[in-house]
Amino acid sequence: MVDVMSFVSYLLNGISLGSVYAIIALGYTMVYGIAKMLNFAHGDVIMVGGYIVFVFVSTLGLPPLLGIFVAMILCTVLGVTIERVAYRPLRMASSPLAVLITAIGVSYLLQNLALLIFGANTKSFTSVVAIPPLKLADGQLTISGETMVTILVGIIVMVCLTLFVNKTKAGQAMLAVSEDKGAAQLMGINVNGTIALTFAIGSALAAVAGVLLCSAYPSLTPYTGAMPGIKAFVAAVFGGIGSIPGAMIGGILLGVIEIFGKAYISSQMADAIVFGVLIVVLLVKPTGILGRNIQEKV
Amino acid sequence: MAMLEVKDLEVYYGMIQAIKGISFEVNEGEVIALIGANGAGKTTTLHTITGLLQAKSGSIVFEGKDITKTPGYKIVSMGMAHVPEGRRVFANLSVYENLKLGAYTRKDKAEIAESIENVYKRFGRLKERRDQIAGTLSGGEQQMLAMGRALMSKPKIILMDEPSMGLSPLYVNEIFDIIKEISESGTTVLLIEQNAKKALAIADRAYVLETGKIVLSGDADQLMNDESIKKAYLGE
Repeated sequence: MVDVMSFVSYLLNGISLGSVYAIIALGYTMVYGIAKMLNFAHGDVIMVGGYIVFVFVSTLGLPPLLGIFVAMILCTVLGVTIERVAYRPLRMASSPLAVLITAIGVSYLLQNLALLIFGANTKSFTSVVAIPPLKLADGQLTISGETMVTILVGIIVMVCLTLFVNKTKAGQAMLAVSEDKGAAQLMGINVNGTIALTFAIGSALAAVAGVLLCSAYPSLTPYTGAMPGIKAFVAAVFGGIGSIPGAMIGGILLGVIEIFGKAYISSQMADAIVFGVLIVVLLVKPTGILGRNIQEKV
Repeated sequence: MAMLEVKDLEVYYGMIQAIKGISFEVNEGEVIALIGANGAGKTTTLHTITGLLQAKSGSIVFEGKDITKTPGYKIVSMGMAHVPEGRRVFANLSVYENLKLGAYTRKDKAEIAESIENVYKRFGRLKERRDQIAGTLSGGEQQMLAMGRALMSKPKIILMDEPSMGLSPLYVNEIFDIIKEISESGTTVLLIEQNAKKALAIADRAYVLETGKIVLSGDADQLMNDESIKKAYLGE
């Protein structure tokens, strides 16, 4: 009985961690889909979101929800600014490597700015979740408030994003731009504006992910975003880069694999297992689980 | 005053000059054909008019407004639609979603729904396949979708780039019939074609492009009987 309970508990923790990965992976995959670039600074926007909430909630004592709202707004501004200043001028560059290297540069810039402002010391982040843990089956199964909130937020984000992309004009414009920028422009779609909107949404989601991540694992350093960022990138590739449902499935699977790996195999090996899974998936299906083959144009 | 007036247009790809100072005009209600061989600069000309490319010098005036430097996405709402070469339908979206995107610049939902019905009336096959993913349509059907999508913006002028390319003879005839219909319903047409015979048959006037320059222009009937045209483009 105890084993079943711990299995369920690991599974829920995995889904919760996976929800965070999925939310980050959505930002990666949307930006890749539309701008055909890997935004390696995406993980660091998570860290910035964490610090903003830390400053506003832990230090200045703002209500958590307001703090999260402020973090989403500031991260949106940050993401759009990065796109406008660092990436857009390079969009027409002859080599796609130029923008990739710039993204790595932006990543280091954000990390070092955080280092400069907040120092290298780990800040202990106060969880923004005030819900008490749920005890089930006579106390054999405990589900933390963070786990419940993270899963719930993950579901809300995924539903809202799916509705946004499929049901709204801006969402359809996003799909059109990600398929064919020229043809999208001929429809009267502002391509640069649509790309900026994608960065805005991705960055706002990164702020949400940062808060959830720091609430579940309450230590904040300038490098907090790096590893989850890489893993979310793995999740996006795993699910099929460019595919929104792919990022969701990839994220959740990755979280579950990581937690199960930690619990049943070896906690030191968990990351190796995660990246091992990526290698296997890419060998078997290079486009990822839901990846589409690139359609040849006639 | 002409509806569309292109004057001394020069366009470069990097160092290479693709368009070497061409001028032409399209009057309201006309069907104008731009004919010429591969690499003559026909597609470049259309791309520059609708803002996919930027001109180095010269001007493009549409209904009295200089649109040479207007961002491409703003040109659609001014009443100009472009059916690009190779159709370029959104392959992963459905027929219906493609048509909706064609009406991106329009607001009134009821009118958009009406326009979609009109497109379905004109292209019965699109109605049958409304929920099908556009990438799975045949070439001819995709061409119809690309034309229907362009019509969704309610254009005053429609620019068409090689609409008959790669289609079976049956479809080619159908596509030209549709172009005629579009023209008869009051939309001005600027048509690029390698199939010069078909293009001249439905055009009012035509311009002949050769390596970035206009070498000949005139009434379509007149050009059809021109010896050099017959030899170079009509295969006679």
